[in-house]
Amino acid sequence: MKLFEIEYISLIAGFILLIVGLWGIISQRNIIKMIISFSILDTSVHLLLVAVGYIRNRTAPIIDSSVNKLNAANEITDPLPQALVLTAIVIGVGITALLLTYALKLFRQNSSLEINQYKSLKW
Amino acid sequence: MIHVIIIILLSVVMIVMAFVAIHHKNLQVAVIASGIISLFASVIYIFLAAPDVAITEASIGSVITVSIFFYVLNKIRHEDIKK
Amino acid sequence: MKILRSSALLIVVGFMAWMMFNLYVTYDSRTELNDVAAYYAEEGLSEVGAANLVTSIVVTYRGLDTLGEVTILFLTAAIIGLLLKTEKGTRTTPVRESSEFLMTGARILIPVITMIGVYIFINGHLSPGGGFQGGAILASTFILLLMSISNKKIGHRLLDYTEAISGLSFILIGVLGIILAAGFLDNKIFSLGTFGTLLSAGTIPIIYSLVGLKVGAELSNIILEFNQIQGDEDH
Repeated sequence: MKLFEIEYISLIAGFILLIVGLWGIISQRNIIKMIISFSILDTSVHLLLVAVGYIRNRTAPIIDSSVNKLNAANEITDPLPQALVLTAIVIGVGITALLLTYALKLFRQNSSLEINQYKSLKW
Repeated sequence: MIHVIIIILLSVVMIVMAFVAIHHKNLQVAVIASGIISLFASVIYIFLAAPDVAITEASIGSVITVSIFFYVLNKIRHEDIKK
Repeated sequence: MKILRSSALLIVVGFMAWMMFNLYVTYDSRTELNDVAAYYAEEGLSEVGAANLVTSIVVTYRGLDTLGEVTILFLTAAIIGLLLKTEKGTRTTPVRESSEFLMTGARILIPVITMIGVYIFINGHLSPGGGFQGGAILASTFILLLMSISNKKIGHRLLDYTEAISGLSFILIGVLGIILAAGFLDNKIFSLGTFGTLLSAGTIPIIYSLVGLKVGAELSNIILEFNQIQGDEDH
């Protein structure tokens, strides 16, 4: 059964979280809510990438006593998506901090967090 | 089989928390909910054979991001009261 | 107008959901590694000598990515510092004294958590973990420290020097790789050592410790910036 394998369940969860995050970004009017939605989107993309790298019945990509060194390519999961996600998470927290700084700046200028109140670009 | 049940439960809680994070009126509750999503995702990474990613997500996504959010929320609340 | 807006949003999200559904339906779970990953799995042990293959990819095979990533984090910290710059010493509202529980708990926990962080990034080539994780744990120790001594000012200087020295040494080791080994960030400057011991895998433990210190200092710097504006007078 295709549905009841852990990588498919993780894929479904990742896709739903991605859609919810996208919906939050484009439908919310509060800037902090938009940043929270962005961090949900971030987490969902990491979950999707790790789930794509998973191969059933294999262990983590660490060569220790549980893995035969000569046959390592047939016993470990894909290490490449994990390495990419590792850097993506750290960059994600930097981007979130930067977004929050800009939100604070905007709040100081306009004393509101709602984007409906920002009228400086309307004419 | 027990793995599948645990992951289904974690996924359901994550999706519910995503809806809470987006639709709850209180911003602090929303931030905590997004931290919970990161924490449960890190448990799923362990089942998906990615312990490195799990450590990173648990320490960054659910500690550092949430505390930065709270610093900014606190600052915004103080300036809001002053005006 | 409002109906128009909501329906446009629904169309965008629905289209996205349809694409995701098609991706899910056509996705087949993988049964074997692709060529690049198989190469890393087979040759990684003899070429790099690290037990943790994720570490050998992050530090050696794609070391340039890590360098760029650390640079992005540095730029983020610099931009945040620039944007949040306030006049020094304008803290007017007194900060509440931290409670006795928090201070005692911090006194017990800070050495332990720091030790775990250092352990994680020193053993990054043998067990799960590495510079990014260890740095993040060091930064979370810094949050606890800031909370427990909330009424003292903490300077940037130590963090700035740690960051600068570890970043420079990282690049220096990379350049040494060009001179003494095959290329930039190559880890075979000295012998690989016995597989599975702490001092193995060439320069990987050194580079990952430097990355850990740098990431920890950068994240702590970002947190310190946000902490310092808390009691400041608005301008």
